[in-house]
Amino acid sequence: MATKMKIKTGKTGGHDVLVLAKHPMETGLRKDRKTGKPIPAHYITTMVFSVNGNPVAQANLSAGVSANPLIGINLTDVKSGDVVSVRWTDNMGESDGAEATVK
Amino acid sequence: MKRRSFLQGSLAGAALAVAAGAGLLKPVRVLAAAWPEAAITAESVDAALQAAFGTAELADSGEVRIKAPLQAENGAVVPIRVTTTAKADHIAVVAVKNPAPMVSVLNVLGDGVGGVYSLRIKMGETSPVHCIVDSGGKLMKATQEITVTVGGCGG
Repeated sequence: MATKMKIKTGKTGGHDVLVLAKHPMETGLRKDRKTGKPIPAHYITTMVFSVNGNPVAQANLSAGVSANPLIGINLTDVKSGDVVSVRWTDNMGESDGAEATVK
Repeated sequence: MKRRSFLQGSLAGAALAVAAGAGLLKPVRVLAAAWPEAAITAESVDAALQAAFGTAELADSGEVRIKAPLQAENGAVVPIRVTTTAKADHIAVVAVKNPAPMVSVLNVLGDGVGGVYSLRIKMGETSPVHCIVDSGGKLMKATQEITVTVGGCGG
């Protein structure tokens, strides 16, 4: 599962950090159309944003977030050269991350 | 239902252990940084707010703004962008008529995080969406009704 991060200059100041994680975000409420069996819930629970290794924000997600979540936050104090990273974990214990350097 | 709550409980614990083990979180913040299971799995808005903020009473505030469509053609992907001029400690998004109304909560852990949170949510049916900002214990919200033509939960 791939995760991508983009850093853009924010419209209202600072830098906007956008994370796109490839993930099905199953709610556990859907059923397989062929077999009729419920599809187990599978969704990202936490996404931790760090700047130069220090956690600054944590997004808590639920199954109510769309598949392939696109999450955006704003960082006001990052400078050119700072490394912004993100790490997510899902309810099945899988995790992935991405990082990007501020231009 | 028992099986479900057992599964969620054990998995939330596992996720926390992984996060702590990786050294991502300082010990002081481990508790604060746990996935707020009670709020997220609550099945009513009041219960979710009670679990997340300790109160279900919120006042509308001009300091919170929502940028979202008035009408969403596809309930599976509804883009929401919350902005606030206040210093936010938590930003929560609540879709009132979803099976689990509390969709997401952003916790601010460190300095230098602006009051912006954007994400795409699923909506089962036409419903108001509350965006709640906790700024040093002061709760503020903004609400927007979003009309959904095709629901995005289940199916």
